[in-house]
Amino acid sequence: MFNGLLTVTVFLPAVAAVVIALTLKNKQAVRWSAIGVATVTLLLSIIVFVSYDRTVGGVQFVDQITGWIPVDALRAQYLLGVDGLSAPLVLLTGFLGMAAAFGSWRVEHRIKEYFFWLLMLESAVMGVFVSLDLLLFFVFFEFELIPMYMLISIWGSGRPKYSAMKFVLFTLFGGAFMLVGILALFLSQGVGTFAMVSIPEAGIVGIPDLIAGVDLIAPAALIFSFFLVAFAVKLPLWPLHNWLPDAHTDAPTAVSVMLAGVLLKMAGYGLLRINLGFFQETKGFTIHDAAGFLSVLAVISVIYGAIVTIQQTDMKRLIAYSSVSHMGFVMLGVAAVGSSADKLSQAGLNGAALQMFTHGTITGLAFLMVGLTYERTHSRHIPHLGGLARKMPLIAIFFIIAGFGSLGLPSLSGFVAEITIFLGTFPVWPWATGIAAFGVVLAAGYTLWMVQRTFFGPGPQAGGMSEESYEKLTDANWVDMIAVMALTIPIFVVGIWPSVITDTFKLGIEAAIR
Amino acid sequence: MTVQDLWLLSPEIAMTGVAIAIVFADFFISNKRTLAYLAVGLLALPLLFSLNIWFGVVGDTTATSGLFGSIVADRFALFFHFLLLGITATVIIGSVQYIERLKEFEGEFIALVLLSVTGMLLLVSARELISIYVALELTALPAAALAAFRRDNLSVEAGLKFIILSAVASAVLLYGIVFIYGYTGTTNLAAILVRLNDLPVDSSVPFGSYGVLFAVVMIVAGFAFKMAVVPWQMWVPDVYQGSPTPVAAFLSTASKASAFAVVIRIMYTSFGSVDLQQDWSALFAVLAAASMVFGNLLALSQTNLKRLLGYSTIAHAGYMLVGVAAVAANTSSGSAIAGPQGTMYYLAGYAFTNLAVFFAIIAISNRTGSNEISSLNGLGKRSPLLGVLLTVGVISLLGIPPTVGFMSKAVVFSAAVNSGLLWLAVIGVVNSVVSAFYYLRIVRAIYFEEPKDDSRITADVPVLFATSVAVVGVALFGAVPWLILRLAEKSLELLLA
Repeated sequence: MFNGLLTVTVFLPAVAAVVIALTLKNKQAVRWSAIGVATVTLLLSIIVFVSYDRTVGGVQFVDQITGWIPVDALRAQYLLGVDGLSAPLVLLTGFLGMAAAFGSWRVEHRIKEYFFWLLMLESAVMGVFVSLDLLLFFVFFEFELIPMYMLISIWGSGRPKYSAMKFVLFTLFGGAFMLVGILALFLSQGVGTFAMVSIPEAGIVGIPDLIAGVDLIAPAALIFSFFLVAFAVKLPLWPLHNWLPDAHTDAPTAVSVMLAGVLLKMAGYGLLRINLGFFQETKGFTIHDAAGFLSVLAVISVIYGAIVTIQQTDMKRLIAYSSVSHMGFVMLGVAAVGSSADKLSQAGLNGAALQMFTHGTITGLAFLMVGLTYERTHSRHIPHLGGLARKMPLIAIFFIIAGFGSLGLPSLSGFVAEITIFLGTFPVWPWATGIAAFGVVLAAGYTLWMVQRTFFGPGPQAGGMSEESYEKLTDANWVDMIAVMALTIPIFVVGIWPSVITDTFKLGIEAAIR
Repeated sequence: MTVQDLWLLSPEIAMTGVAIAIVFADFFISNKRTLAYLAVGLLALPLLFSLNIWFGVVGDTTATSGLFGSIVADRFALFFHFLLLGITATVIIGSVQYIERLKEFEGEFIALVLLSVTGMLLLVSARELISIYVALELTALPAAALAAFRRDNLSVEAGLKFIILSAVASAVLLYGIVFIYGYTGTTNLAAILVRLNDLPVDSSVPFGSYGVLFAVVMIVAGFAFKMAVVPWQMWVPDVYQGSPTPVAAFLSTASKASAFAVVIRIMYTSFGSVDLQQDWSALFAVLAAASMVFGNLLALSQTNLKRLLGYSTIAHAGYMLVGVAAVAANTSSGSAIAGPQGTMYYLAGYAFTNLAVFFAIIAISNRTGSNEISSLNGLGKRSPLLGVLLTVGVISLLGIPPTVGFMSKAVVFSAAVNSGLLWLAVIGVVNSVVSAFYYLRIVRAIYFEEPKDDSRITADVPVLFATSVAVVGVALFGAVPWLILRLAEKSLELLLA
């Protein structure tokens, strides 16, 4: 089977990146063609999402080349496809990719290389979401490191080399364990395939069906924890979250947008697809046995993340830590799988999936707005700022929208996701949910407090910018607004009409929990 | 000596002929660049003879063994013939500029490389311990001369160190061979297996008796020197740093590949029965783990590129040994050849990768005259092409997809997990993470550090060509791994039968 649509969607940015790097000389031309490519990729991802047939469900748009590695040691194939779980994330990647390209409008330094790596990054992330062969999934999952390393190191600020290295090492560390986990699954008796799902139309029987109820080559608990470590680093889950604040703070704006928006979602996707999808009927150990542990980690992440967030004085670092808290909700939703199969709450899992999508757009928007603010004020130090709303009302409005989204204001998408998680998880883990709900209160605290200190109140504070430069501040222009709208529209649409996304996610979750 | 023997030995004979022809041609050809190209062109001869045997091989060891069973031209040997010839051609093309600057003994440089390769070709074909020993010496002597070729203090020290330690290793190997002969009364690899099975054995002892165990350890120790495996690795950083860079590139790829080939052959032929496999598997697993950890930890603090690559090659020898340790005997499911197949793929992939890295460094140091990591500062600006080529090479050494470095690690670790060595695979992947520290320092120098001197680096065409070929190999065999894996599978059919 070879549909081709997904192959084009995944490789278009990468191929275009190479072509742009080799052919174009003019800065303006590089900029516009990169933005054009990102826009076309968004259109393609919209086509994938819209034409995914919800009445049929299952895996669609399958691209399969069986003989990628046809030896016994690694019987891997080139297998792409989307199901209900991945289709919305492909859409999310499209939106974030375009926002990141527009958000990089003002990059001047080594611009050709910059857009080269940005487009490579988009290809890698897209590949992670549509790969249905574990080894291919891993290839994309790891390849993303190279663009990120370059983007943070060269175009970052602060201590970029340190942060980029930390990011790479943490992810490689997690990925190393995942590789062993992948190999252990593949080599278990009677598996011999890397297919992540069963696709009856293509005659593919996936690992989840093959490993149900049989002995694996290593204890199932060990393999599960290998995957868990990899995704907990990437999510990031306390206590493996250390790399995130540094990477976010020092990365250029568009890269922060991509990092918060889609890279963290690779972990959430992995948790749902692999830790949840594979380990329900495994012999000796299932995800149900770990659910309690996961809920505890989730609560610690939510509360610890929120408390650390409040103390931050750097706007970017503040939003970075808030990601730890918000991604903790994703883990809480995953924990709704419950301590046994009959306690499973599908609503919690749906909420986890939705939270990934909403966090991608909301935090992406927040980073974008911090970037726009910083470009003008040249400071992210909250005590130095103040009264910015008077000089840049548009930026203030959309910053506040991102903030409200993040604290869970109804009619914005964050509310829908969080309420779904709470409603779904409460019957399963009442105490954990009760404590985690305080995370929302804290979120309101740190968000509103930051907005108040930076955008309202009197003008710039002592130690910050001079009165003169404050007077010269300008608002966002139309190019910035395209990036902003690309993220704001999904926030409102999902907030008001959540089923546009949840209907699709639901299909994926149902398939995962069988 | 029959016609059959001549046919089987034709690649080695042709190779010797080429080496001698180059020495004579050196008298008449004053343009040394032409001489190098001539040598590369003449490599077609041994290649054609090897191809001839490959397609003539009928899948029967008796038909392909000659000289009273002391050599065998099976597909396993021919796989390494192709690999070694490819490495040699690349090394000579890449050294053209280096050779030109030698001012004297240019022809000898090439001839010594060719002679050393002759030894290696013989080594991978030998099927009898004394022949193996002779072939090993034939590879080592020219290599020592090459290591000392620059004739400054460091280079002479490198050559001396290499020859002395190589002699010690040979002595150890010989000691092991003597013991094996004492126990079995034969030096023929296949006959050893039969005689070992006849020995009165105490099954609680590895190999049935402490004497044989001792002999096997000695033999492994002898080859471990060539493989650059802990604890016989101490020569590697010094020799790499001291010897001319093309020689270091040659040693780290060709010499290593032939040593691994002969170890795989001995282990699977002489000690290939299921019980014995389990015995030596443990030995190699421990050596592999020690090499990975030692190589990576010591590479962390290096500032000299060649020295860093020296330690990195020790670590990579460890990854390759993972494949050797992953014996078929322990596998629950069928895949019996995954281990050695993975090692062969790794060797080929590593050859491409390391040649790419070394030749990029040669191209740069031709201009900067330095081998420090700091000499790469700003390379991304000074020569964008070399910067990209070197980066791809380093990424492959680090093992990030989609390069061949990743795929080969995936294959050997897969084999390890398959034969119950999950712990070894975990040590391997964690070591890959550690290696990111020092490999990424190279990438960092290329793209993020400001150069002291902004002038452009223009590389000579031959060395750029050699580097590019190697990088294309890195990308191609990473994206389409089955090309080599299938070849290795075919080569192993007979050996493991």
